[in-house]
Amino acid sequence: MKTADQNISHSKEKIFLTDVWLETLGKRSEAVLLPIGALFVGFLTFGLFLYFLGKSPLDFYALVYKAGFGTSFSWQNTLSRTAPLLFAALCVALPARLGLMVIGGEGAIVLGGVTFGVLAGSVSGLPGIIAILLLATASMLVAGVWIGAVGLLRHYRGVNETIASLLMAYIAIALMNHLVEGPFRDPDSLNKPSTAPIAAHLRIGDIPGWDVHWGLIAGLFCCLVSWVLLERTTLGFAARIAGGNIRAAQVQGLPVGRLILCFTSLGGAFAGLAGMFEVAAIHGSANASLASGYGYTGILVAFLARQNPIAIIPVAILLAAFEASSGLIQRRMGLPDATVLVLQGLVFVSILLSESLYGRFRIFYPVSQESEK
Amino acid sequence: MTETDLGLWAIPIAILGGAIRVSTPFMFVSLGEVLTERSGRFNLGLEGTLIFGAMTGYAAAYETGSPLIGIMAAAFTGGLFGLFHGIVCSLPRVNDIAIGIALMLLGMGLAFFFGKPYIQPVAPDLPSIEFGWWSVIPQVKAALRVNVLFIIGIFAAIGLWWMFFATRIGLLIRVVGDSTNAARAMGLRPALIRAVATAIGGAFAGIGGAYLSLFYPGSWNEGISSGQGLMAVALVIFARWNPIACVWAAILFGGAGALGPALQSVGLSDGYYLFYAAPYVLTLCVLIFTSSPTRAMTGAPGELSITK
Repeated sequence: MKTADQNISHSKEKIFLTDVWLETLGKRSEAVLLPIGALFVGFLTFGLFLYFLGKSPLDFYALVYKAGFGTSFSWQNTLSRTAPLLFAALCVALPARLGLMVIGGEGAIVLGGVTFGVLAGSVSGLPGIIAILLLATASMLVAGVWIGAVGLLRHYRGVNETIASLLMAYIAIALMNHLVEGPFRDPDSLNKPSTAPIAAHLRIGDIPGWDVHWGLIAGLFCCLVSWVLLERTTLGFAARIAGGNIRAAQVQGLPVGRLILCFTSLGGAFAGLAGMFEVAAIHGSANASLASGYGYTGILVAFLARQNPIAIIPVAILLAAFEASSGLIQRRMGLPDATVLVLQGLVFVSILLSESLYGRFRIFYPVSQESEK
Repeated sequence: MTETDLGLWAIPIAILGGAIRVSTPFMFVSLGEVLTERSGRFNLGLEGTLIFGAMTGYAAAYETGSPLIGIMAAAFTGGLFGLFHGIVCSLPRVNDIAIGIALMLLGMGLAFFFGKPYIQPVAPDLPSIEFGWWSVIPQVKAALRVNVLFIIGIFAAIGLWWMFFATRIGLLIRVVGDSTNAARAMGLRPALIRAVATAIGGAFAGIGGAYLSLFYPGSWNEGISSGQGLMAVALVIFARWNPIACVWAAILFGGAGALGPALQSVGLSDGYYLFYAAPYVLTLCVLIFTSSPTRAMTGAPGELSITK
């Protein structure tokens, strides 16, 4: 009798273990396949949109592939545009872990870039690497304080962070215009008011052998750091608890205010790096080109990646390819430059709609299906 | 009297005139948002609706030659955006703020996409009424040239206030906004009422957009709105979900928006971009002083996601 009992309990445990394994597999594949499906539904909807306008969707996607990934040149073009998207998406994904929807990353990008452009002149006497590190710290500090303030306002004043961060993005752009056209304008920049061009030794070059600047490596590194922070540290775990239920986190004695400050300012600092690399590696001086919409595309990247820093990497590359192909699409298909915006909007709606499908497909829930049988 | 005789008096007159001109889109968007939020939804996408309304209003007025048809087209497309938001948000686990962000980006994208051919041509303007006929000073005359939409907006605010607090429909909307469960118990259909309220709210925002492109500034381009829709949404919190208060708040914000151009008109152009940021700073300050971390905001609909 005793041995039979033991056998039964043993086999039950076995079933239980495979159940857990199956359940995890189902959930993981749901979390990967549903966003991919939503992405394709978004592409399909945009294809229909083009079709009804009398343009060929197949031509469109073929051109995007060609301009985004077709040659090594187009790959390098895509990857150069990936860098700011990685940073901008982190600025959304890190606060999102705490349940905050911060969408004003554009402002932090602009301020990070302006800080670099304005201060570059005063440290040009220092050796390149030290000056760049100092400037990078300053850019991260300014942008981090900017988005960190959004977090503080949320925590201590209950100000809605979505509205506040977007308002602050408009204020940041106005500040940039003031600085670039007023006190820090380079008299030689006639058509496009800019700060003085930064010294040659302060410019950030390309990764050896590639036509892609170092911002890409920095962006990938920051994604990895963020992933470790969120998934493998107690700080990230505390943030997840606070994001799930702020009251429960407070009852547990978690420092919710400090967590919010930490994650929002870190996100802002990353977005500041995006602006810094745009100035130091691409434009060569701070001007209105800084506000080119990377902050807004970054929101979509973060949502498509479901706020996971590792998933941000492939999504950012994909969306960067669309941005990279914008010029070719305008020339070849006679479509306006807002075409990519429409596509992004449709994909965004599609990914948000897919949220209501979680738990609807029984194939992802093999265990509960069996138990119902 | 000539223009220079006014001296510094020109600034308050220009701000007053500017406040009336600039406030109309704020007023329409915030009235639409009051209706939506009173039903318990939060539509952050009105910035996109505003811009798309500006484009369709301008395009329709240009194609037909009638600004009235332009306004109707803008209201119709705005209503479609609102209806989409309203229906989509009644699906489970769909976040209304996130959908708002998505529709803001989609609305801008579609407006820029279809609006490209209308950047050059000139569409007919909306009619306005000269309230400054008694004055001989040109600045006062210009300041008191009031557009009909401003007056319609004030009547709409009074109408909405009357609807919310004196009619059965208004009561139903407020019930749905305060408690989904209570509304269900009464046999109401919250999702339906919210979808209709959001659609009408979107139509209001569309009309606000048509005002931008058909009267002031009076042309269609891609920079026509820079956050007016967003500020109007924030203004609703400041106005405590009261349509009459929305009118005053809109005029205040319009005055802030008119500060930069008014100072420029008397020759003060230093720091123009900083004055240009005044409405954003004002909105942020208003949010900071009217929000509270501990208690729910007075007058807020109970089901509203931003105040819960």
